[in-house]
Amino acid sequence: MKGYRLLTIIIAMFLVFTGMLLPESYAAEPIKVGVLHSLSGTMSISEVAVKDGTLMAIEEINAKGGLLGRKIVPIVEDGASDWPTFAEKAKKLIQQDKVSVVFGCWTSASRKAVLPVFEKLDHLLFYPVQYEGLEASKNIVYTGAAPNQQIMPSVTWLLKQNKKKFYLLGSDYVFPRTANLIIKAQLKAEGGALVGEEYTPLGHTEYSTVINKIKAAKPDVIYNTLNGDSNVAFFKQLKAAGITAKDMPVMSVSIAEDELRGIGADIAEGHLAAWNYFMSMSTPENKVFVENYKKRYGKDRVTDDPIEAGYFGVYLWAEAVKKAKSTDVDKVREAVKGVSFNAPEGKVSINPVNNHTSKIVQIGKVRKDGQFDILWSTGKPVEPEPFPALVSDKKVVAPGNIVKR
Amino acid sequence: MDKKAYQFLKKNWPYIFAAIILILLPNLLSDFRLNLFGKFLTFAIVAIAIDLLWGYTGILSLGHGVFFSLGAYSMAMYLKLKSEELPDFMMWSGLTDLPWFWRPFKHFWVALPMAIIIPALLAIIIGFPTFRARIKGVYFSILTQALALVFSIFFIGQQPYTGGTNGMTNFQEIFGYSLSEASTMRGLYIITVIVLVAVFILSRWLISRKTGRVLVAIRDGENRLRFLGYDPSIFKIGIFALSAGLSGLAGALYVPQVGIISPSMMGILPSVEMAIWVAVGGRGTLNGAVIGAITVNGAKSYLSETFPDIWLYFLGALFIGVVLFFPAGVYGIFERFKGKKAEEKGVLSNRGETDYAAEK
Amino acid sequence: MPVEIIISQIFNGLSLSSILLMIALGLSITFGIMGVINFAHGEFLMIGAYTAFILQRFFHGQDSGYYFLLSLPLAFFVSAFIGLIVERSIIRFLYGRPFEGMLATWGLSLVLQQAARNIFGANNVEVSSPAWLNGGIEFIKGVQLPYNRLFIIAIAVICIIGMYIYIYTSSSGRRMRAVMQNRDMAACMGIKTRRVDSVTFAIGCGLAGIAGSVVSLLGSIGPSTGQNYIIDAFMVVVLGGVGNLSGTIAGAIMIGAVSPFFEFVTTSSMGKVIVFALVIAFLQWRPSGLFALKTRALD
Repeated sequence: MKGYRLLTIIIAMFLVFTGMLLPESYAAEPIKVGVLHSLSGTMSISEVAVKDGTLMAIEEINAKGGLLGRKIVPIVEDGASDWPTFAEKAKKLIQQDKVSVVFGCWTSASRKAVLPVFEKLDHLLFYPVQYEGLEASKNIVYTGAAPNQQIMPSVTWLLKQNKKKFYLLGSDYVFPRTANLIIKAQLKAEGGALVGEEYTPLGHTEYSTVINKIKAAKPDVIYNTLNGDSNVAFFKQLKAAGITAKDMPVMSVSIAEDELRGIGADIAEGHLAAWNYFMSMSTPENKVFVENYKKRYGKDRVTDDPIEAGYFGVYLWAEAVKKAKSTDVDKVREAVKGVSFNAPEGKVSINPVNNHTSKIVQIGKVRKDGQFDILWSTGKPVEPEPFPALVSDKKVVAPGNIVKR
Repeated sequence: MDKKAYQFLKKNWPYIFAAIILILLPNLLSDFRLNLFGKFLTFAIVAIAIDLLWGYTGILSLGHGVFFSLGAYSMAMYLKLKSEELPDFMMWSGLTDLPWFWRPFKHFWVALPMAIIIPALLAIIIGFPTFRARIKGVYFSILTQALALVFSIFFIGQQPYTGGTNGMTNFQEIFGYSLSEASTMRGLYIITVIVLVAVFILSRWLISRKTGRVLVAIRDGENRLRFLGYDPSIFKIGIFALSAGLSGLAGALYVPQVGIISPSMMGILPSVEMAIWVAVGGRGTLNGAVIGAITVNGAKSYLSETFPDIWLYFLGALFIGVVLFFPAGVYGIFERFKGKKAEEKGVLSNRGETDYAAEK
Repeated sequence: MPVEIIISQIFNGLSLSSILLMIALGLSITFGIMGVINFAHGEFLMIGAYTAFILQRFFHGQDSGYYFLLSLPLAFFVSAFIGLIVERSIIRFLYGRPFEGMLATWGLSLVLQQAARNIFGANNVEVSSPAWLNGGIEFIKGVQLPYNRLFIIAIAVICIIGMYIYIYTSSSGRRMRAVMQNRDMAACMGIKTRRVDSVTFAIGCGLAGIAGSVVSLLGSIGPSTGQNYIIDAFMVVVLGGVGNLSGTIAGAIMIGAVSPFFEFVTTSSMGKVIVFALVIAFLQWRPSGLFALKTRALD
């Protein structure tokens, strides 16, 4: 039962303290890596699980003898759902702890907050979440989806299903606004129509009026970029208002298996989501991944796309370290270009031009048990394009080097 | 030695000692810690500003995050225009021209005064009707809290003009000095120390004068003061505006050191936290305010680094504990050790406070 | 605008009013007794919501879902009990010290949130609404009035009637009013203010608990649930006037009626900004709210 978690924490703390007294089992000096996620505040509902995925990968590598014969030691910091805190902690990890790499961040705002820190101190961040694009820093490796690996294919797919009238609903921050900019351009280019657009403050809980607006606009599909808690309120109230997935499906890009647990699968049943990874995938790597994750964190826990991206990000970095035979940031940053790994979602590799990850794109439908039926898949990895031609006149020639098209 | 100088030294040695330590810190701390400490010192300026308003005048504002952020945003606009012709978030939001109200902020000598004037002006606009209507006590606190909420939602919603939730970040240089250089950071730290000392001296000067006594009188017995022929609302508006302006100044110093300002700084949480710095330090004493800001933020950084998973327990317990067991704050403990009576120094006693509450 | 949209917007206003009222009712009572906002009020709401969650786990597999009715009184008692502990250990030192009370309850809310995170995990948990609350009445064609919203309105009405009966007819309620209005005088008349404080604070927290189990039908249940609702509740209490049931009701109805309108004609963000700005403006005119206690005191 979950009630024992507090006890587990106390025991874990005890073990950590006793662990410090044990003699160092690895001969060489350990490799320090930073893990920076919100462990408190509103974003912790999503980020704690990603942190768990990252830590699991680190432990797996350590269990196999470490990296370059050295043990990896994670230093976990709490970004507290507050962007300036993210910047502070990133500085701390780099300057004070002198870590070799940092894994972390979730919201675009937190990434934008730490970006100048990583660029000025010329360091390296692995960012595990899908995002709105229009960025290609040489100091960040993006292991989540670029717009053309999630948003754009899902819009095209919906249009092909003859869902022409879109209602765009999002939380009031940069990802939904930029994502909707891309979607609007795409609707114009590919023959869809926009019937409404609405942004609600983060943490908004009352959706009855928004639902009325949606009813009045009569869309074929609701494209949902809400974040966090608001999704729960929105789906519960949508169902109560008598709108089902049959008359008006919701396509979401921020709801994965982990979020579904808070919403209730029976409430979201039949609605759609676009991701690169679903827990229900049947690759052998995924079977092992899911099994290990459950063994480690409890059998009622689920895996999802960002957790998986947080997980394989560590492996991609480890591959680059092996290739460079060093943990030096500059060398690893060179070596990471083009490395690949057989992740749970299939083969992923780092695009050498823009530091994003080439990965498979899929669309799933929520099942009653909180898993997804995969309706559509590209079948093979899609190359990332962080600057979609529809909304941007720029292109990337090398990480950090962006020119006019 | 000159007797006068000796007297001065004897009376003020802790301050001189503290000032020397502050000046020497750049040689003692790592770049990261120094930068962090510089941030704490900007918070100390806010704490002094809140203490003037709360500790001395008895008005608790839970909206100082707004004033702080308005100052910070003014400075951020300047820094942003220094780094980019058209800020990146304007481009994402589809703006092609710089909005008119952004233009003056190209100039440092507009941006810096604006960082003080805009918050002060807002305080006057809010304060004038509020204090004239004799709104006080918790009502004023809640009103300012609503203000914090309104401003943060508003700033988040206006992404093309304010940067939305992200706020503003990615600044390159100030006065031609790169913000990634450790030496620039040291310079900013020294400037912060100088401003803090200046604000401290200004505040001490103010409260030692007759104005200061009127302020304390407002706290302890506003009606009696009114019967004596004073108009408390003028003083309240004035001190509110001063407090807001000083917070704005602190915000302007905060931005180049931390490198980001976002609406999360103007919301309710940071605003309440600012009041907590003062409460923990000991309100009604300027020393307490400074100590409180540094203690709470230091504790927050230390605890969250050491216990990233459970640090909120300690922080929450600290707030409860201080309020329950040390009503005069950390500085009050010092004073008690020194054997002085808290009242003599102007620290609020419990008795004074019940009087205040009963009067309502 | 089509007539069905107007009707369902009116219903939304009513529904929002009842939710706000549920949340603000307890806050108004603790406000009256402490003379200060209980910042941890949202966390007592969270406790109520988690109580509903635990109960659901306990009765897992029962389709009828009538156990949900049981979660209302249970949430009341659990929240009230924790509230009582908090009052006895922390709040009782803070009467007559409004600012300190505000800060201490702030610290308390941090601790409670973190406790929820460690006990139940950082994730949101799911409370599925019972089967008999799914669906709704087709009022006219195109307007569905959801059962769960109707249910919340009913619970809100029951709570108000209950509180009216308690406060204005029982002798315990009379003592509560006496302490709220003049603590010293009440003490002089032989009222045990200590005990009245404890009971009142516990009732306020208990009402938050009921509100929590009810809003779990509409929203998320997680460590930050309380934070999502607390500000709206502040606004209602401030608008209504402190320590006054009629004021709280009027405040909730006003905000509840106005919000959906502005949200509909502008956007959700702007709607919120406008409503709160209106409240601020209103307070300039009537500083102590809609229904201020009549007093001849100077302030």
